[in-house]
Amino acid sequence: MPTTETYYEVMRRQGITRRSFLKFCSLTATALGLAPTFAGKIAHAMETKPRIPVVWLHGLECTCCSESFIRSAHPLVSDVILSMISLDYDDLIMAAAGHQAEAILEEVRHKHAGNYILAVEGNPPLNQDGMSCIIGGRPFVEQLLEMADSCKAVISWGSCASWGCVQAARPNPTRATPVHEVIRDKPVIKVPGCPPIAEVMTGVLTYILTFDRLPELDRQGRPLMFYGQRIHDKCYRRPHFDAGQFVESWDDEGARRGYCLYKVGCKGPTTYNACSTIRWNGGVSFPIQSGHGCIGCSEDGFWDKGSFYQHVTDTHAFGIEANADRTGIAVATGVGAAIAAHAAVSVYKHAQDKKGDDQA
Amino acid sequence: MSVVTANGFELDTAGRRLVVDPVTRIEGHLRCEVNLDENNVIRNAVSTGTMWRGLEVILRGRDPRDAWAFTERICGVCTGTHALTSVRAVEDALGIAIPENANSIRNIMQLTLQAHDHLVHFYHLHALDWVDVVSALGADPKATSALAQSISDWPKSSPGYFRDVQNRLKRFVESGQLGPFMNGYWGSPAYKLPPEANLMAVTHYLEALDFQKEIVKIHTVYGGKNPHPNWLVGGMPCAINVDGTGAVGAINMERLNLVSSIIDQTIEFIDKVYIPDLIAIASFYKDWTYGGGLSSQAVMSYGDIPDHANDLSSENLLLPRGAIINGNLNEIHEIDLRNPEEIQEFVDHSWFSYKDETRGLHPWDGVTDPNFVLGPNAVGTRTRIEALDEQAKYSWIKAPRWRGHAMEVGPLARYVIGYAQGNPEFKEPVDKLLTDLGLPLEAIFSTLGRTAARGLEASWAAHKMRYFQDKLVANIKAGDTATANVDNWDPKTWPKEARGVGTTEAPRGALGHWIVIKDGKIDNYQAVVPTTWNGSPRDPAGNIGAFEASLLNTPLAKADEPLEILRTLHSFDPCLACATHIMGPDGEELTRVKVR
Repeated sequence: MPTTETYYEVMRRQGITRRSFLKFCSLTATALGLAPTFAGKIAHAMETKPRIPVVWLHGLECTCCSESFIRSAHPLVSDVILSMISLDYDDLIMAAAGHQAEAILEEVRHKHAGNYILAVEGNPPLNQDGMSCIIGGRPFVEQLLEMADSCKAVISWGSCASWGCVQAARPNPTRATPVHEVIRDKPVIKVPGCPPIAEVMTGVLTYILTFDRLPELDRQGRPLMFYGQRIHDKCYRRPHFDAGQFVESWDDEGARRGYCLYKVGCKGPTTYNACSTIRWNGGVSFPIQSGHGCIGCSEDGFWDKGSFYQHVTDTHAFGIEANADRTGIAVATGVGAAIAAHAAVSVYKHAQDKKGDDQA
Repeated sequence: MSVVTANGFELDTAGRRLVVDPVTRIEGHLRCEVNLDENNVIRNAVSTGTMWRGLEVILRGRDPRDAWAFTERICGVCTGTHALTSVRAVEDALGIAIPENANSIRNIMQLTLQAHDHLVHFYHLHALDWVDVVSALGADPKATSALAQSISDWPKSSPGYFRDVQNRLKRFVESGQLGPFMNGYWGSPAYKLPPEANLMAVTHYLEALDFQKEIVKIHTVYGGKNPHPNWLVGGMPCAINVDGTGAVGAINMERLNLVSSIIDQTIEFIDKVYIPDLIAIASFYKDWTYGGGLSSQAVMSYGDIPDHANDLSSENLLLPRGAIINGNLNEIHEIDLRNPEEIQEFVDHSWFSYKDETRGLHPWDGVTDPNFVLGPNAVGTRTRIEALDEQAKYSWIKAPRWRGHAMEVGPLARYVIGYAQGNPEFKEPVDKLLTDLGLPLEAIFSTLGRTAARGLEASWAAHKMRYFQDKLVANIKAGDTATANVDNWDPKTWPKEARGVGTTEAPRGALGHWIVIKDGKIDNYQAVVPTTWNGSPRDPAGNIGAFEASLLNTPLAKADEPLEILRTLHSFDPCLACATHIMGPDGEELTRVKVR
């Protein structure tokens, strides 16, 4: 009888005690709004459940999402692949090729029907009969639809799968099409970015494994926990923005002092992503910290919104929340909305108080 | 049925056709078809790029200063090299000189890519062609430890360490959920390593997976993120401030120390793990001498890593430059990237059309019209291809030629040219490796030679990172902290029309971008990339490309298992998103597939 390494075993192997494990289960139950008795059930499930099968397909893309994924520091990607998921198909790293590889898709589709996650990197082109992306002699879109049919849920990795990204920029010569426009009958979780942050990718995946549910999404289909706020909202250079201290030109005194990059085109005020908080590559830095403005790579159609060096002209220093909400395509919810609302209320209250003072 | 190609390779289509699609463990999508004779020896090879994105037409009409970001997305594996090539092309067109510090930082970033990409290729894309994961389960951890300690003083080498990894691997395999190792060619007679060498290599597969993420932090420091760090026309966006107020918002002492420490770790990992593993594995495959292809007769490198800023002459480039043709290593030809007679692309076997397909076009005059048609002898249908007809159009890759010659590019090409030039930085490590393995010079013209050159280059690149980091610090110490030249940042300062070319030596080989700027906007943009050279289909003269040539005459241990085909194709580190993004002005085609 083959033994499968379960989540519990993974956690134990990583040095987590049984006591902590049980505590984790009861916290999970509480977080899920379940009665305390469910803690035992969660513990039981995690002790016995095999690794969830993941099929990772590649359409038109540049593989930056996979490259980002393997940069994950917590969890380490070796632990993800060996112990958390069963990465049954990923043509970037799999040993098999040709029909031995294709056979795996067939097997997963039947053996794990309704239970596997379909992770998609890149997107299907629809022009040229779909043949500008050929897999196994057939259009990629056929493979994608076949595998979507029996999957549990779809993860759209990166801006290609989520929005179309660079090959879908004007005039989109191959008619590269985002995944949710061809898969309409399954839940699609968008994890945009070019690429997405490694720990956001593994975070989304492990969230699903840990809590056994899909993350809460915004209206655009992005996990709120990572895409609920703009880069600007938590940018460490925000005080310079508020103080009116800007980089005016590359390598000027402002650049050397780490001033705000808004005037040289930073798209932080209109970009929903976690770069200014989680940061990149184990928290080492993020674009703004290294002196270049955000290019807005997690936003829909960011390639077609003018030069990366043109500043967002209709974003003003005061009243920026309302303005950015309008220009941003996502609905501001969660903490973002709370802060926006708080700011709005403070301004309103301040105005009221002032009015009151005047009257007094 | 047998023909000899213009570049001297004998092709015979008589035997059984074997199709490998998808070719896995590469970037992007590639198909390969071969004909096998009665002894399972490859007698004809057909390589097909099976994806195409059309970035050049997307670039038309855009701001040239943005082009680096678009072209960087050609490839996320060799991330950054297209961006660097692009800013060089724009700077060439507009006559922009960059500061010395920007040159050092760019070199450090490019070398970081070389070191990282080669390491990941060796362990995660290529190793399973040589290493049998299942065999590692039967290894004696003590013997593995003894082997590891005999070839390197890398500290993680105790019997207990290898036993832990082996146990983890055993549990993984016994779970029945084999993940990426499912349906591999385990137990094939083509695998030659003893169990302990397999266990050592698999262990380092996992170690390298954990370590590689450290190397790229250099990109994160200077470029803000990886993959796809940020670049700038005129220099680099990361300002330097080691003294005053706000230094924490710039490249400061702590940042320089971080980079420095990562460089040390990278050098150590490559020299103590990668290189010893490479030699150990190669020593068991000395008899497997296949895969030379074009490498002994036609290789090319544009050269790269300028020692000083703004000088791209051969003397100033640390990676060698030049072309070798007809197998004559005594003559190295200079390459003129602007000469319309030198670099040309042909499409008579590609899914594009020209007015006159007997002729090639220089990239500045590049035209690309998609034309997806199958030849009369193709088997299957337009959307269900069983076998291609290589006499007709059969690939989304164009066929670039240098003065009519199909060329191999990449680490082996660079090392062959460096060796032929007598440059000790390239000649000495090759001679040492060959002496250690007891092999003659001819042995480098092979699949294994390609793989070995990549390893040697990874080490070379890591040590050069140290050189440029020290140079950067010395320059800062001398009082120069400039990182960008903004004299020509404003498009008002630009001429009405300008054309430029930028090159790099990407991990996979010679990369060139050609740009035409008109009225401040991109008028034409063409990229000719390494895998376009290596993965090229046939041309009007009948020359075959490097992938196809390298597969010929290789015997397969098992006729239905493409292990040897993967081995040789992987030795080029194919990158198909790079190779097949090219696209012209009339790209819109009306046929569309039906979507539910």
